[in-house]
Amino acid sequence: MTTQTSPAGIDVHTGTAAPLNQANVDTDQIIPKQFLTAVTRSGYGKHLFHDWRYLDQHEQVLNPEFSLNKPEHQGASILLVRENFGCGSSREHAPWSLDDYGFKVLIATSFADIFYGNCINNQLLPVQLESDQMDQLFALVEQDSTTQITVNLQQQTVTAGDLSFGFDIAEQHKNNLLKGLDAIGQTLELDAQITAFENSRPAWQQA
Amino acid sequence: MATTLYDKIWQDHMIDKNTSSSPSVIDKEGTEGLMYIDRHLIHEVTSPQAFAGLDDKNRKVRCPQRTFATMDHSISTRSLAIDACGPTNQLQLQTLANNCKKHGISLFPVGHQKQGIVHVMGPELGLIQPGMTVVCGDSHTATHGAFGALAFGIGTSQVEHVFASQTLKQSKAKSMLVKVNGALPIGITAKDVILAIIGEIGHAGATGHVIEYSGEAISALSMEERMTVCNMSIEAGAKAGLIAPDQTTFDYLEGREYAPKGDDWNQAVAYWKGLVTDEGAEFDSVIELNAADITPQVTWGTNPGQVIGVNTPVPAVTDFDDPIDQDSAVKALKYMDLTPGQKLSDLAVNNVFIGSCTNGRIEDMRAAAAIAKQGKVADGVTAIVVPGSVAVKKQAEEEQLDQIFVEAGFEWRLPGCSMCLGMNDDILQEGDRCASTSNRNFEGRQGRGARTHLVSPAMAAAAALAGHFADVRDYQ
Ligand code: SF4
Repeated sequence: MTTQTSPAGIDVHTGTAAPLNQANVDTDQIIPKQFLTAVTRSGYGKHLFHDWRYLDQHEQVLNPEFSLNKPEHQGASILLVRENFGCGSSREHAPWSLDDYGFKVLIATSFADIFYGNCINNQLLPVQLESDQMDQLFALVEQDSTTQITVNLQQQTVTAGDLSFGFDIAEQHKNNLLKGLDAIGQTLELDAQITAFENSRPAWQQA
Repeated sequence: MATTLYDKIWQDHMIDKNTSSSPSVIDKEGTEGLMYIDRHLIHEVTSPQAFAGLDDKNRKVRCPQRTFATMDHSISTRSLAIDACGPTNQLQLQTLANNCKKHGISLFPVGHQKQGIVHVMGPELGLIQPGMTVVCGDSHTATHGAFGALAFGIGTSQVEHVFASQTLKQSKAKSMLVKVNGALPIGITAKDVILAIIGEIGHAGATGHVIEYSGEAISALSMEERMTVCNMSIEAGAKAGLIAPDQTTFDYLEGREYAPKGDDWNQAVAYWKGLVTDEGAEFDSVIELNAADITPQVTWGTNPGQVIGVNTPVPAVTDFDDPIDQDSAVKALKYMDLTPGQKLSDLAVNNVFIGSCTNGRIEDMRAAAAIAKQGKVADGVTAIVVPGSVAVKKQAEEEQLDQIFVEAGFEWRLPGCSMCLGMNDDILQEGDRCASTSNRNFEGRQGRGARTHLVSPAMAAAAALAGHFADVRDYQ
């Protein structure tokens, strides 16, 4: 796995993929509620997909059937999923756990809105492809789990074996990922404009 | 140009980056911008890392007076002790208390008269008003759209962004109009309406959209019922749900603690009256339902779009055309232990949960009590009723609804999120089957291996008495 990064962001990433051939994977599934009582951002990776990944509550017995547990998918840094990935709860613990596990890129047919934004804010690259393109990627990885997939954010392409696809991403999101910007710091440069806005409103709205 | 309610709120909250002399003026076609946030609600689970981020960079909360905090997700519903659910929950609650104190934010902690589930507490205090932008680190923030406020859930990084700047960078969503025509039949509730809508547009059908709900059936709803509808907009994938404010909205707000008073009230109402979608405004998509066709709804699967009428048999995989839907149905039937063709009334339920930000308001308590007083909780069923806030609990007790529940064999608990997500000890065991008034029937949501069926409060109460799903219209 290699990741070329511009100063603080993602640029080109190459790695192997773990396939999770399922639609509507919700954030309760990505990281269940019992792990949300922590007050820090780190250490969630071991609980990623807890209910599917472990056969017991104490995370002692791995489920050998689950994709991420298969020997051939160890070390994968790209996750392949289907429609509506990350639906449900807004918990940012979901991207934190995916990132902490070692994923850098998620490739899906579609993502839920809040989850997508949370990924961008955590330098986790969400790539959206067409359904038939996903079929081809899944097939390729199934055939050969060692297939190296390269995601080039600058050029907005995914290449693997003979496959090569383009993908869309909003300019604003792309920039944030490429540059690893401090979004809050940028906004705070507009302090005068925010204050002017506040002052322009009628008194009853100023509370 | 004719604009939608969403367009209007959007335009009223855009901060002009170019000139500080003409704020809030923005190109009408603008689809990206910096949005001012009027109200920020926070709770213990999604705020600690945001406060830590502020502290790291030595930043302050810009508008503590626009920010309100409560404790709801991980608290006990049996005890007011802050450590009742264990040391990690306690640490999280204590962290919230410390952070609020440090940053001058009003907090309604466990035991406080104003404490409640964040989406129940906010409206009942008058904190949410038409035309506002409202955010919270919680996906059911959509609830507040019932007031004609643009309300949406955000992640923790965005919570930090709002703390520091009282703004968020936003891209404009698409718009969807959902019209429910005609009058609702007797026995059909707001919960049935929103479940039927989600069944129609699908679990991800409104992704990337803000929904506006309208039509006779929606206008006729009370504020509580409107909140139930808007609450589950996220279960259709929507960013937010909106209902234009009207006299029902103004009547609900007048006199509430944080609502404008005196001349401010008059000015506010004058502004609020303009917050409607203009005749001829265009939506990206339009969905219409007939209220008369809606029956009591029960989810059968593991996402809220997998829903049927109470008298409809459990579907077969072949009932779905789309291969993805078929695949989801296979998995859901297996997880839920259901056989196609099975009748829901044959399905034994051993748990009933009445509460949550979807159905934990006073009208929900009344609707459930009206059924509860007709019998006793069936043998082998554990049924709990969890009011959404201290105010709801107090009101219900004044009306002696608690006694009706207790006499019928329900447990009457303290306010909180409770079994909606089970971050406390209100959790189901493997194989349990629950009739729940909450909003998510995902695998494991209420406990690993547990099976959740979403229903209205009346339907949940009826299931408690019958020991299986029952048609609430038989209890009228
Ligand atoms: S009641 Fe449930 S859905 Fe609502 S805020 Fe609490 S956990 Fe979230």
